[in-house]
Amino acid sequence: MDNLDRAIINGLQGGLPLCERPYLEIAAQFGTSEDELLLRLQNMLDDGRLSRFGPLFNVERMGGSFVLCAMQVPTPSFEEVSAQICALPQVAHNYERNHRLNMWFVLATESPQEIAEAVARVEETTGLAVYEFPKLEEFFVGLRFEV
Amino acid sequence: MSVQARASQGASEGSNTLERMSELDRRIVLATQQGLPLTRLPFHTLAEELGVTAELVLARVRHMMQSGVIRRIGAVPNHYKLGFKANGMSVWDVADQQVSELGRRVGRLDFVSHAYHRPRRLPEWPYNFFAMVHGETPEQVWHKVEVIAGVLGDAQRGHDVLFSTRVLKKTGLRLLNGESTTGPPEV
Repeated sequence: MDNLDRAIINGLQGGLPLCERPYLEIAAQFGTSEDELLLRLQNMLDDGRLSRFGPLFNVERMGGSFVLCAMQVPTPSFEEVSAQICALPQVAHNYERNHRLNMWFVLATESPQEIAEAVARVEETTGLAVYEFPKLEEFFVGLRFEV
Repeated sequence: MSVQARASQGASEGSNTLERMSELDRRIVLATQQGLPLTRLPFHTLAEELGVTAELVLARVRHMMQSGVIRRIGAVPNHYKLGFKANGMSVWDVADQQVSELGRRVGRLDFVSHAYHRPRRLPEWPYNFFAMVHGETPEQVWHKVEVIAGVLGDAQRGHDVLFSTRVLKKTGLRLLNGESTTGPPEV
């Protein structure tokens, strides 16, 4: 990875200008050409250094609902519960974490009442309590890794 | 680069619902889920796909940025691929009166990717502030956690760091009436 790739990753996390030729406008900031910038972006998407390049949506503003949830799952039943949770279409992510609350998942639905239904479903299926951690406030940050 | 650091109230019942989004906006969202076209005239490329003018696409994207449906158009680095293999969810018990102000300050630290005020779940869970911290090693994450502790000062009454030990599921979102989306949720 050379300095131009680094500059692009660091610089383009903050946002692209909204105009007809945004890549041309921003390429100047990196001291490169529009075509070179496009090539670099394509290469970094192809090799996975960038997961995505494009609009970042706020799904809640589109009416969707997200809630972070956690459960304390006994070790012997962890795999079984994991399979039950992961099978639910409302579960977007699920992580094992090193804490007494050892299963952390995100419910993503099209409305707040579907979150409540999904939580009830999880509790019924697993027999375990679900702790819900809805956002009260978001301190908005972009991903701004310096590489 | 301008650093965006703004706090928004977490009301999820926004005024823009899926039903109220215009058909064109929905089609723009769907067409750009995989990303913005990497062409010299990306909005013209989109416009051709959608059968409308580039001016209209640009106007709708601008509108969606103003209303907050689109946070920004930008790059999402794959932190794992870039060497940030340790990802810790730092959780903090912060005095309620100070969590908003301090949360904004922690959100401005460049190694914090997401920061939220969330409810405590007593007695099991005393923490009301969550900040995701990324580092190349767990030691680096712990070091950065100390930096956060410095920002929080006396308002902090306890903290912990939860590392993910396994990804059990990671999918795109299922929104927009069941049509699958791939944009990473910021939660």
